[in-house]
Amino acid sequence: MNEKMKTKTLMLGASLAAIMGVTSASAEGVRIGAVAVLEGAFAVLGEDGMRGVNLALQEFGHTAGGLDIELITGSSDASPDSAVRATRKIVEQDGAPIVIGPLSGSEGLAIRDYAKTQPNATFINGVSAAQDTTLREPAENFFRFSTEGAQWMAGLGEYVYEEKGYRNVAILAEDYSFPYTQVFGFLEPFCRLGGRAPQDARFYVPIGNKDYSSVIAALPDDVDAIYVALGGADAVNFLTQYEQAGGDLPLIGGSITVDQTVLGSEGRARNFVIGTPSAGPVSDTWDDPRWAEFVAAYRDAFPDGFPSPSLFAHGYYVNTKAALLALEEVGGDLSDGGVAYREVLSNLSFETPTGMVSLDERRNAVADIFLTEVIEGPDGNLVNSTIKITPSVSQTFGLPYEEFLEYGPVSRENPACE
Amino acid sequence: MNVRIHPAWLIAGGVLLLYPFPANDFFTVQIGAYSLILGTIALSLMILAGYGGMVSLAQLPAAGLAAYMLPILGSNTQDVLGFGWSHWVTIPAALFTGMAFSALVGLIAVRTGGIYMIMITLAVAVSVFFLTRQNYGIFNGFTGYAGIEAPKPFGLDLRSPLPFYYLCLAVSAGFVLATIYVAKSPFGLSLQAVRDNPRRVSALGHSVAAIRVYAFFLAGLVAAAGGVMLVFFNGRISPGTIGVDVAIDILVIAVVGGLRHPVGPFLGALAFVLLENFAIDLIDRERFNTVIGTAFLLVVLFSPDGLLGLWDRLKPRIAQSYIQTAGNPRTGGTGNQPNSSREQSDE
Repeated sequence: MNEKMKTKTLMLGASLAAIMGVTSASAEGVRIGAVAVLEGAFAVLGEDGMRGVNLALQEFGHTAGGLDIELITGSSDASPDSAVRATRKIVEQDGAPIVIGPLSGSEGLAIRDYAKTQPNATFINGVSAAQDTTLREPAENFFRFSTEGAQWMAGLGEYVYEEKGYRNVAILAEDYSFPYTQVFGFLEPFCRLGGRAPQDARFYVPIGNKDYSSVIAALPDDVDAIYVALGGADAVNFLTQYEQAGGDLPLIGGSITVDQTVLGSEGRARNFVIGTPSAGPVSDTWDDPRWAEFVAAYRDAFPDGFPSPSLFAHGYYVNTKAALLALEEVGGDLSDGGVAYREVLSNLSFETPTGMVSLDERRNAVADIFLTEVIEGPDGNLVNSTIKITPSVSQTFGLPYEEFLEYGPVSRENPACE
Repeated sequence: MNVRIHPAWLIAGGVLLLYPFPANDFFTVQIGAYSLILGTIALSLMILAGYGGMVSLAQLPAAGLAAYMLPILGSNTQDVLGFGWSHWVTIPAALFTGMAFSALVGLIAVRTGGIYMIMITLAVAVSVFFLTRQNYGIFNGFTGYAGIEAPKPFGLDLRSPLPFYYLCLAVSAGFVLATIYVAKSPFGLSLQAVRDNPRRVSALGHSVAAIRVYAFFLAGLVAAAGGVMLVFFNGRISPGTIGVDVAIDILVIAVVGGLRHPVGPFLGALAFVLLENFAIDLIDRERFNTVIGTAFLLVVLFSPDGLLGLWDRLKPRIAQSYIQTAGNPRTGGTGNQPNSSREQSDE
C-alpha cells in the first residue's frame, strides 16, 4: 500500500513538474517542419509518412530538450520545385531551424541543393532514397537516418541468383532517380555473380503510367524473372494487367512494389504476388519486440492507417526521432545556428524499431536491411515475411568511398550487365 | 504634355518599389517575385485571351522551353549538354525560342477558336510535357536540370533577394506598360477587332490569321521572359515545372485575376501564391487544396470578371457611401438612391 502511495505521489509530482515544465517552456518553443507529398499520385504514401512524424512526436510528448515543439506541415506534389517551395516557406517564413523531409527521390536531390544555401538550418530526410543525395556533393547540413534505395536491395541479388537460380532478368521500373537507385542496388551483386539483364530487356515507364500492355507484349521470353520497381498505383496497375495478360514469369519486387500500400489492394493480382522476393528497410512480420511495439503504437494511434506501418511511416518516424534525440542532447540549444546540434546528429546512434542506426561520414544511415518474401498471413492479409537480415548495410556496400564512386552514378544503364 | 497618370498608378508603383523594405526575404522573393513571375506568364495568356479572344494553354510550355534553353546552352550541374555559353547569348536565345514556339502554336491553332483552340493548345502542352520527360538527350528526362545560375553583372548577384525582386518588377512592369501601349496601337486595335468580328476585319482587307499569329509571337516573348525569371527563381527546371496541372494553374490565375486589364493576371498570381503558401496553415493539411479551390470558385461565382471586376463593382458603392456620408447628408438614409443611380451609370 505504502509503496503504491509513494508511486502515486511520485507520479503526481512528476506530472506536475512536467506540466510546469511545459508551461515555463511554452515561452521557449521550437518549430520543426515536416514536408511530405500530400497531393497527387503519392499522397497516400505521404499521409503515412506524416503518421510516422506524429508517432515520434507523441512518444516525446511534443517536447525535447526543454522546448515545446510546434509542428509545421508542408506539402509537395512529388516535383522537386514544389518540395523546395514548401521547405523554403518553413525555413524562411516560419523560421523553423529543423525540417524533416522530403518523400521522393528527386525531391531529396533538390532539398540537398537548397540546404547548401541555408547553412544555419538543419535538414533531416523523410524517406527520399536517391543515392546521390548523400553520395556525391553532399550538403553539410543534410542528414539521412533512413537508408537509401540501393541499400534497401541488400541481399536480394545474391538471393535470387543463388537460391532461386535466376540467371537472366528483365527490368521494369519508373523513370526517375529512386528506381534507378533500386535497380543499381539489385543488379550490382546479381551481375557480379554472373547474372544478366540485357539493355533491351529494361523498361522504364513514367510515374502514373496506366497502360502496361505494350511493355507486357515486349517482355522477352528467354528471361527467368522480371524485376519490378514500381510504386503505389503503378504497381497495382502493372500486376493486374500482367496477370490478366496471362503472364507467368516470376517476379522480383522493389522495396515499394510489394509493400503494404500495394499488398492491401484487392483483386486477383493478390494471389499472383505470393512468393515474390523483395528487400527493404522494414519487414511486416519481423518477430522482434522493438518492431512489435512500434506496430502496436502505430495501430493504436492511427486506427485508420495501414494494417502494418509502411516504410514511409517508418522512415519519417526514424528521422523525426533522430531530430528529437539530438535536440534533447543539446538541451534545446540551437543558439549557435545549430552547429552543436548538427555535431550531435552526426555522431548519433540509436535504437529504432528495426535495429540500431548510425551515420557514415557523409551523414547517410548505416542500418539493417530485411530480405523478405510475400506470404498469406494467418488473417488472410498478404504480408512480407522475413527470410534474412543483412546487418549494418552501408551506402558503399562496405567498399571504400573512392572505390565505390567508380561504379558511376545510377542511371538507366548502370550497371551495364551484358 | 497632356499625359495624365491616374493617382492609383503612382500609389501602386510606390508600394511595389518600397515593398521589399518592410518584408523579409521570404516575402520579397517567394511571395513578391514569384507572384510577378507567375503574373508575367499569365499576362501572356491574358494578352491572347483578353485582346484576341484566344485561350491558349500553350503559354506555359513556351515559358518552359525558353527556361530549358538556359541550362542547355549555358551551364548546369547535371553533366548533360550545357555548352557553357554566356548569358548574353543564352537569354536572347531563350526569349527567341519562346517566341518561335508560341508563333508555331499560333500557326497550328489559328484557324480554330473557342473550345477547339483550348483543346489544341492543351494537346500541345501535354506533348511538350511528355517530350521533356521522356527525352534524355536534350531535356534530361524526369530529373531535368539543376544548378542554373542567374547572371552576375558587375559582381551583383541578380538572384539575391533584393536585386531579383527588382529585376522581376522591372520586367513585369515593362510588359504591363508595353501591353497597354500595344493595345492602343494599330496592331492592338486590329487584334481586338479580330476578336470582336473576324469576318468584318477580313472584309476590310486584313489577314486575320497573320494578326493572330503575330499576337502569339508577341505573347511568346512575355511568356519566355517569365520562363527565364522562373528558372532563375528555382535554379532548376524539370518537366514537373511545366506540367499540365501548372498550365491550368496559369489559366486559373489569369481568369481569377481578370482578363480585361493587364494588371489582372498579377492580382490573380498574388492571390494564388498567398493561398498556395498559407492555406495549409489555415486548415487541416488534408483539406487545404479545398480551400484554394473554394476561394477561386467564390471569386468566379461572384465576379465573372475576376478580382479586377470585383473592384469595379465595389468602386461605385464605395464612392456612393462616401458621397452619402460626407457630401450629401440629406439623402443619406434611403437605400433606393444609390441603386438607381448605379443602374444609370451602367447604361
